[in-house]
Amino acid sequence: MQFTSVSFLLFAAVTVGLYFSVPRKRQWWVLLAASYLFYFCAGAEYLIFILYTTCVTYLTARLMQKRADAEDAFVAANRDTMEKSERKAYRAKEKKKRLHILALGLLLGFGMLAVLKYTAFVLTGVNSFLSLFGTARVTIPSLLLPLGISFYTFQSMGYLIDVYRKSVRAEGDFFKLALFVSFFPQLIQGPISRFSSLGNQLFEPHAFDGFSFRAGLCRVVWGFFKKLVVADTAMIAVKELTSNTAEFTGVYVFLLILLYSVQIYGDFTGGIDITIGLSEMLGIKLAENFDRPFSSKSTKEYWRRWHMTMGTWFTDYIFYPLSVSNSMQKLSKWSRAKLGDKVGKRIPVYLATIVTWFLTGLWHGAGLNFIVWGLLNCLVILVSQELQPLYTGFHQKFPRLTASKPWGVWQAVRTFLLMGLIRSLDCYRDVPLTFRLWGTMFTDFQWGTLFCGGLLSFGLDVADWCVILGGVLVIFLVSRLGKTEPVREKLAKRPVLMCLCLCALTVVILLFGAYGIGYDASQFIYNQF
Amino acid sequence: MKKRIILCICMILVTVILLGFIQALVQPKYMSASREGALIAEYYGEETSHDVLFVGDCEVYESFTPPTLWEEYGITSYIRGSAQQLTWQSYYLLEEILKYETPKVVVFNVLALKYGEPQDEAYNRMTLDGMKLSVTKLKAISASMTEEESFASYLFPLLRFHSRWKELGKEDFTYLFRRDTVSHNGYLMQTEIRGGKAEITPSPLVDDTLPETSMEYLDKMRALCEENGIAFVLIKAPTNDWKYHWYDEWDEQIVAYAEENRLKYYNFIPLADEIGIDWSTDTYDMGVHLNVYGAEKLTSYFGELLVNEFGLESRKNDTALAETWQKKLDAYYAERNN
Repeated sequence: MQFTSVSFLLFAAVTVGLYFSVPRKRQWWVLLAASYLFYFCAGAEYLIFILYTTCVTYLTARLMQKRADAEDAFVAANRDTMEKSERKAYRAKEKKKRLHILALGLLLGFGMLAVLKYTAFVLTGVNSFLSLFGTARVTIPSLLLPLGISFYTFQSMGYLIDVYRKSVRAEGDFFKLALFVSFFPQLIQGPISRFSSLGNQLFEPHAFDGFSFRAGLCRVVWGFFKKLVVADTAMIAVKELTSNTAEFTGVYVFLLILLYSVQIYGDFTGGIDITIGLSEMLGIKLAENFDRPFSSKSTKEYWRRWHMTMGTWFTDYIFYPLSVSNSMQKLSKWSRAKLGDKVGKRIPVYLATIVTWFLTGLWHGAGLNFIVWGLLNCLVILVSQELQPLYTGFHQKFPRLTASKPWGVWQAVRTFLLMGLIRSLDCYRDVPLTFRLWGTMFTDFQWGTLFCGGLLSFGLDVADWCVILGGVLVIFLVSRLGKTEPVREKLAKRPVLMCLCLCALTVVILLFGAYGIGYDASQFIYNQF
Repeated sequence: MKKRIILCICMILVTVILLGFIQALVQPKYMSASREGALIAEYYGEETSHDVLFVGDCEVYESFTPPTLWEEYGITSYIRGSAQQLTWQSYYLLEEILKYETPKVVVFNVLALKYGEPQDEAYNRMTLDGMKLSVTKLKAISASMTEEESFASYLFPLLRFHSRWKELGKEDFTYLFRRDTVSHNGYLMQTEIRGGKAEITPSPLVDDTLPETSMEYLDKMRALCEENGIAFVLIKAPTNDWKYHWYDEWDEQIVAYAEENRLKYYNFIPLADEIGIDWSTDTYDMGVHLNVYGAEKLTSYFGELLVNEFGLESRKNDTALAETWQKKLDAYYAERNN
């Protein structure tokens, strides 16, 4: 059941209707039933995997909680008899035991993800290696990849780490935890939520709130506009440009970078708008995942604004723990002693950054292109960091220029193009080919061909171009208008105007949307992660 | 507050009307190209009942001419045929017809029995979009959809044809709210002559058994006719082409089925000479379908059978009916002799 299907619309309407019809204490049961039904429709066999993750998460969290409670009780009972140092030692010992439980939980949780998602990738690598020696090849098993597995695994494992850190208490009700893992609007493409912010919202009663409902509805329709009108029209060109790479080189690679940026923005932010909007209609506020990322002036800023929940997940659960880990501390000491303070202090930070970005790439897909994508992002961030004194010097030398609006626009365009360039690894899916095609932009650009029919040679006609450009313009204007307060919230305060906008948008989506026969049924790009 | 609600309701109504208008605009009109797409809907404009009703694929709407049947035998008839009409579609069309009238004879062309599964979205559309909304139509849609199709797009064709906004032409505006009649009681006239035979060798049959699904629907048609006291007749229109070859193995199964159920079955392929069909002049596409000259010959021959075997009588004495049919004949000859 895709978000953009009629069946999903009916499903969502029935769920919302039921949700507000049942006694409020039972609302979360409706969500749980709807979530499992939604996932069942995606594939009955997928249920086994989500149930496995839920069981592993539940049992591990409960075990850790039990130990933590016993630890607290013991310390409280012996507060008078135990020395501070004894308490500290006892707590450290207990923490270590909880760490072992956590490690087991993470191993079981991430283990399933690793097996299902990365076995083929690893074995392909092994086969390539073996082929060098002419040795027999390993058979690559065809494994099922459940929908949204990366999202719900990461969300669940994040919860486990939070329980370990005592940031949240482990949920005692298995079914409530099952809802947290499977909440259907965010199940297949995020955002990756934290139990501390989502847990209670899911289980507490919600009275119907007209304002939230209207604002949510606006956001859902807006998401459909971005996905069906803008992203899926751009996808026609992206597919053609990436399927015929022998012909579409030079200026077409540049066009692909632009069009894929439009596609993935419309696709991913559109999907998240539907997710957050639908949740808002139910009275549940999910974490935002985007904050006008294409206006970012640096790569670092871009990654603070794009797929924010994934970024913070990696920062909180990989980067920081790795940076302050004992082994990193030791490495830091060693490198400072051997290489001096200036270089030495950078080594652990760089290493943690590289590991984080390597894993970020791997999370996006089991392919070399995703790993290179992650590492290139890392490279750009590290190089920018190294060049920071140079930038500061430049800013000090030309304060008026660097404070001007055109300079800001230039920075945003530069970041947009750089991110788009790296992102093209995602759609060409072949690292050497991508590098070669990047090269053609510098050696064989041939922009003139675009105006000799080239613009219409990869699946888009004049009407499609008008739809894409018009759509991008509307998105840009809405983004500008919503700088202080989101447009949907402004509209929700004026129901008549909201109704007019929704009606107009519905007509536009139904007429200009790239859906149905004649268009490829396109699932959301991030569903595959 | 009240004013706001009324305003919102008005806006929603305007949107619905606007969407209805857009839907009418983008739906294919089938007036100049693919005219067979307009056939199914034309039936609802009929004011009189019919003695004989034909259901089936292109072979019925290209092989029989109701005006000839009236002119020569005083028999009223209508062809509820459409391109690649599948057996279950014929069944549901027959079920629908019986809500409007009860003919004396129902004629079914057997070629479509070879298809046991939904085939082609474009042909489905030509058959199903023309049907009036009813439970029968919903059942027909459900039975006919290919995997890529969605049920909702049949109820709201805008979901299917929205992309036609890019190719709207004069015809879409001219026929926004009306349609011309393209057929003569379901007969789609072809006056072109293109004789001969396409040089294609029929591929051997992998499985010579006619699909179970289509045979089930054939039997449902038979039962429906029996319940309503209608004579059910099976025919195979004459062709001279290997592309849509009618295999002997299939024919044997139909013969056996007809015998078992005491039905009349006429395979006109071996009777082509007796009918007088000249494959050099009586076809417009090298033997795949008959043109108007071939169709008139076959209709004359079949009319004789209807009179002799099924006892149909001339209704020319009915002046009101004769007047209506005279108009139909005038229109028929106007196109034929043009």
